[in-house]
Amino acid sequence: MSRAVTLAWVVFLFTLPLWMDNLYFLHVLIMAGIFIVAAMSLNLLLGYTGQLSLGHVAFFGIGAYVSSLCSLGFEIHVFDVPVGLAPKPVWLSMIVAVVFAGLCGWMIGKISFKVRGAYFVIVSVSFAEVTRLVALNWLELTQGPMALNNIPFLKLWLPGIGDIDVLGKMPNYYLVLVVAVVTYVIIRRLVHSRAGRAMIALRENEPLATSVGIDVTRFLVLATVVSAALAGLAGAVYAQYVRIVDPDVFLFIYTVTMVIMVVTGGKGTLAGPIVGGLIFGILPELLRGFEVQPEIQWVVYGVLMILIVYFLPEGIVPAVRDGWRRVGGRSGAPPAQPAPATPAGATPATAEASP
Amino acid sequence: MSTPDTLPAPDAAATPAPVALAVAGLSIRFGGLMAVEDMTFEVREGEVLSLIGPNGAGKTSAFNAITGYIPASSGSITYRGVPLTGLKPDQIAGHGVVRTFQKTSVFNGLPVLDNVLIGLHRRARQHPLAIMLGLPGVRRDEARLRDLAWEILDLVSLRGRAGEVAASLSYGELRLLEVAIALAAEPTLLLLDEPVSGMNPAETGAFMALIARIRTRGTTILLVEHDMKMVMGVSDRVVCLNQGRIIADGPPAAIQRDPQVIRAYLGERYVRARG
Repeated sequence: MSRAVTLAWVVFLFTLPLWMDNLYFLHVLIMAGIFIVAAMSLNLLLGYTGQLSLGHVAFFGIGAYVSSLCSLGFEIHVFDVPVGLAPKPVWLSMIVAVVFAGLCGWMIGKISFKVRGAYFVIVSVSFAEVTRLVALNWLELTQGPMALNNIPFLKLWLPGIGDIDVLGKMPNYYLVLVVAVVTYVIIRRLVHSRAGRAMIALRENEPLATSVGIDVTRFLVLATVVSAALAGLAGAVYAQYVRIVDPDVFLFIYTVTMVIMVVTGGKGTLAGPIVGGLIFGILPELLRGFEVQPEIQWVVYGVLMILIVYFLPEGIVPAVRDGWRRVGGRSGAPPAQPAPATPAGATPATAEASP
Repeated sequence: MSTPDTLPAPDAAATPAPVALAVAGLSIRFGGLMAVEDMTFEVREGEVLSLIGPNGAGKTSAFNAITGYIPASSGSITYRGVPLTGLKPDQIAGHGVVRTFQKTSVFNGLPVLDNVLIGLHRRARQHPLAIMLGLPGVRRDEARLRDLAWEILDLVSLRGRAGEVAASLSYGELRLLEVAIALAAEPTLLLLDEPVSGMNPAETGAFMALIARIRTRGTTILLVEHDMKMVMGVSDRVVCLNQGRIIADGPPAAIQRDPQVIRAYLGERYVRARG
């Protein structure tokens, strides 16, 4: 059933630009989609391994910068020796960005070898701050606050269609949609596998996980690498869409936005970051439509967030799922209530114990 | 001397099974406290060996050292010729030495079946890249793991609860689930830390039957337990600890008659009650 719902959603989203001619709204959806990809990648860490990466935007920013620098080309001087890179095609740059972000994730995962909980948060926040300062101050490479401009857009060749310039709203909408679907599928496969179960085991009960032979560190590193690579992919897509990247992509508020999307939607659920991302990605724009003051927009945003966290502490998706079960959408759940006493020797036990 | 070594041990004498786990001169120190002092014992292949002794005697500390959760201060622990000292718990599990915990420990928020699937980690054959690419081998492996999980749930009689969240199980069922998770890791040596504490007599009886079933799979069992009916009922051999030292080692019948064990642990009342 959930598969049919997923498929219906995908069909809806794929046909959307065909009847939606509001380019501004399409832009809002593209940006929300990019953030949803980043939020989904964060969810792999936060929701499944239970580690809060408060520096997640670093991987997003690294993806954006690496992809941009590769496609623009650069020349820097190391001890007066010029080191340069000629401009590369955008698709190749994006792949390099994904790999580079993944390597950074591997490094962070290794550093946080024995670091969990609060210490993992500190390591990740520090890493994000360091990357932001590098982007801001390494003028020769990143242009610092002057930003990287005129970033080339993606050119694709598709069988049957030929060359496509991913320029403008419609092609970018489809690019983001495809990237989001691929991200979703990768995370879904991971979660429903040995690797995902190892991550969940780490979150639920680490000593027990190790007792059955799970090398939890190895799977924490795997989660960090995949998560970072996917965030880097989101960053690379972002860079070639907006075509200008400045150090502000590393701002802490973007990490917070991703965390909000994951937590309100439902961490540890596949659909959570998507639902949270759609709400908090589109909401500010909807509020703008009512022509209220910007302050009011943020107040509404904040109040809504508090309400969700207060009344649905597990997030929207788990709450809806439980509600759906309670209503009886799924058979079996209500009649199971009186039954549990009977099986597995519980009642015979009490019966024999009484004399 | 009244040590039971001199008493005939018919099982052991008839089939001198090779040594599986050898603990030699094990000492564990927490600061100034000697939790375990110069502990030496062996577990033979296929046997059920119980560690008994008063609380604080060092039973759980010995368990934790064998499974790598705390470091041994001195001494050696060898399983099938492989030294376990210095290895991490997951590596020790990789050698087939798997434990349960004294305090009930399951994956609370997950369904019973998923608990067992996590336990099957060692038996899964899935490369991360193959998983992400969705290769058909991964799907086949998942189906195989599911079959194995159902088999284990049958063994511990929890099939009917497979879909329930672990937290909703009764206490006795939780302890069965713990064993199921450990069994999923395919132990050749299973360490059970007070598995029937808090169980009623009927549940304990069912658990003893489960131990018998686990034995038939060829699994060696090292048991820590206070329930003497259980210990005397399932063990081939019993090792009694007091204040970190071994005070007796022998078959259950001899242990029950050992004056040192009676003084330190069982108590006169236990002996009188047995008549």
